[in-house]
Amino acid sequence: MLSVKNLYVNVEDKEILRGINLEVRAGEIHAIMGPNGSGKSTLANVLAGRDGYEVTSGEVIFEGKNLLELKPEERAHEGIFLAFQYPVEIPGISNATFLKTAVNEIRKHKGLEELDAMEFLLLIKEKMKQVNLDESLISRPVNQGFSGGEKKKNEIFQLAVLDPKLAILDETDSGLDIDALKIVANGVNIFKQQNPDKAVIVVTHYQRLLDYIVPDFVNVLVKGKIVKSGGKELALELEEKGYDWVKDDETVSEKV
Amino acid sequence: MSTEIKTIENLANSEYKYGFVTDIETDDAPKGLNEDIIKLISKKKNEPGWMTEWRLKAYKYWLTMKEPTWQNVSYPPIDYQDIRYYSAPKSQAKYKSLEEVEPEILKTYAKLGIPLEEQKLLAGVAVDAVFDSVSVATTYKEKLSELGIIFCSMSEAVNNHPDLVKKYLGSVVPYTDNFFATLNSAVFTDGSFIYIPKDVRCPMELSTYFRINAADTGQFERTLIIAEEGAYVSYLEGCTAPIRDTNQLHAAVVELVALDNAQIKYSTVQNWYPGDAEGKGGIYNFVTKRGACRGKNSKISWTQVETGSAITWKYPGCILQGDNSIGEFYSVALTNNYQQADTGTKMIHLGKNTRSTIVSKGISAGRSNNTYRGLVRIGSKAEGARNFSQCDSLLLGDKCGAHTFPYLEVDNPTATVEHEATTSKIGEDQIFYLNQRGIKTEDAVNLIVNGYCKEVFNELPMEFAVEAQRLLSVSLEGSVG
Repeated sequence: MLSVKNLYVNVEDKEILRGINLEVRAGEIHAIMGPNGSGKSTLANVLAGRDGYEVTSGEVIFEGKNLLELKPEERAHEGIFLAFQYPVEIPGISNATFLKTAVNEIRKHKGLEELDAMEFLLLIKEKMKQVNLDESLISRPVNQGFSGGEKKKNEIFQLAVLDPKLAILDETDSGLDIDALKIVANGVNIFKQQNPDKAVIVVTHYQRLLDYIVPDFVNVLVKGKIVKSGGKELALELEEKGYDWVKDDETVSEKV
Repeated sequence: MSTEIKTIENLANSEYKYGFVTDIETDDAPKGLNEDIIKLISKKKNEPGWMTEWRLKAYKYWLTMKEPTWQNVSYPPIDYQDIRYYSAPKSQAKYKSLEEVEPEILKTYAKLGIPLEEQKLLAGVAVDAVFDSVSVATTYKEKLSELGIIFCSMSEAVNNHPDLVKKYLGSVVPYTDNFFATLNSAVFTDGSFIYIPKDVRCPMELSTYFRINAADTGQFERTLIIAEEGAYVSYLEGCTAPIRDTNQLHAAVVELVALDNAQIKYSTVQNWYPGDAEGKGGIYNFVTKRGACRGKNSKISWTQVETGSAITWKYPGCILQGDNSIGEFYSVALTNNYQQADTGTKMIHLGKNTRSTIVSKGISAGRSNNTYRGLVRIGSKAEGARNFSQCDSLLLGDKCGAHTFPYLEVDNPTATVEHEATTSKIGEDQIFYLNQRGIKTEDAVNLIVNGYCKEVFNELPMEFAVEAQRLLSVSLEGSVG
């Protein structure tokens, strides 16, 4: 589904990603772990097409298309969804209006009929339950005045409604208490279970989210490179030994 | 600079869609202003002597006045002798039907998207179209006259309803009021006159499209609306103008009078030429609009969507004389490129339990400057008066400015005055967030802007609200991508 090859990315002329290789096949859950400043969020943002990230070499192919040539909204139409680390507040637009516009833009792209108000309402009612989202939040302006937990739940709610092919969760666990964490993880698992071909990339600093969203692969990112890949047990090993363990590994390999 | 910011600037740099010049012969007065010109205007319009006298009184008073400088706008000095004060289409015959109107004029309206034809009639809107200074078409007049409603041009009213004009003209905005209103009193050319008799509810939205056409012709509209006891009227005013290199002065005066239990709703969509991307050209829009709630329980609502003009200087206000009377002001003012707007309202509470609501939404893009200036005055006899003001500013990009100057003068301790203000910015984060959910940048900006203006659009009559939304999109539209 997603193939990242030898990706180099600069932010403000500083090299942040230094030759990323990543293969995500349909149905897989990948965790990207790493210490602060290792480039995890950069990778998530580059995949979503955020401005300010300069790809200096390498390629990203998504479902046979060159992702780097597509605008952010086109990537969304193709089925890429980014759950933001810091969801943005948009005063004046209700959550419902925003999401209805988004759903219909994506449906238009797929050649489907736009949903009318009733159909949309039915859809969101069902999805709201999945993430335990308070119904009053749907008519409030997007993320405005939401608590940290509500914002993250709102991201997963949008994921459920928009139903992309690939979900990228950028530090979705940060700032969540254990109850909210479980709800968020549950939402992601439902998304995954409803269609086994969906893929998920979980970007996280801590292992604890991975207790609830169990990855097929764990990739450890250090200083802009994936220095170690393995199964879900790698996350536990990291939790135990800390990132210094792999950092040392990298230093060794660089010296050799 | 990031692409989002650039995109926002592109949006702000979109070209004015309605710029073109209609080629018809005009019957112009020479440039300049003196007593002879005023007499000429009066004569051209076959006015009675009292009207000419009133104009001359205003002119003499104007000579003693100085142009105001307190507003937060700047422009080169205006040479009042370099302006043509009268211009009318050559063929001045009154038309009974649209077929008689010059095709060139009809084409102009068509280009502007003004459906003066059958659709409009079917939609129930009577149109008194002011083409430059002379009314060229008036519709639905007969149906209105059955109800005793007078809806005609000001020139006709001066001749046909002199008692009403004498009684009310200048009664809300006296000819001594301010520099531009006084100038208007001396040289006004035309405008609308509406009279709704006692207990009559006007069955349709009345509307006028103004259009400035001849080069260097100052447009001095004069509008007077009177709602007798228990009467109701909703009036729509909308306008566009063609591209010009030289600035055009527009100094209109609108007076509204509401007697006991009467209600007047006045809605404006203003889209005059704002000048080009470098700030060259564009209309100077110096307008005095004021409504008097003379009677008890009367109500006057101003709703405006201001997207045009190089400079807007305008404070539609309400004088709340009658006990329990209500004044409302809902405004969206959008500026981009080098546009400057200094706009707001005046709510003067004189009667007991008078109430006023102010909702102002300013949107600044490009290098424009948008100022809200509002006065709320509670007089010493206004027991229990209440005001609520909300002034919001939205910034697009980082080179524009938003300013808020609320003036509160409260002379009665029982009054309640509330003021809320916010400033927000469309950031690249917001745009990216919407992009990531599949919404393209242009739609994202429109979504944000329309959401922000919703409270005001809700106050507009339905068809006008749609037009206003379209207008905002057009004003922000550009070469995205």
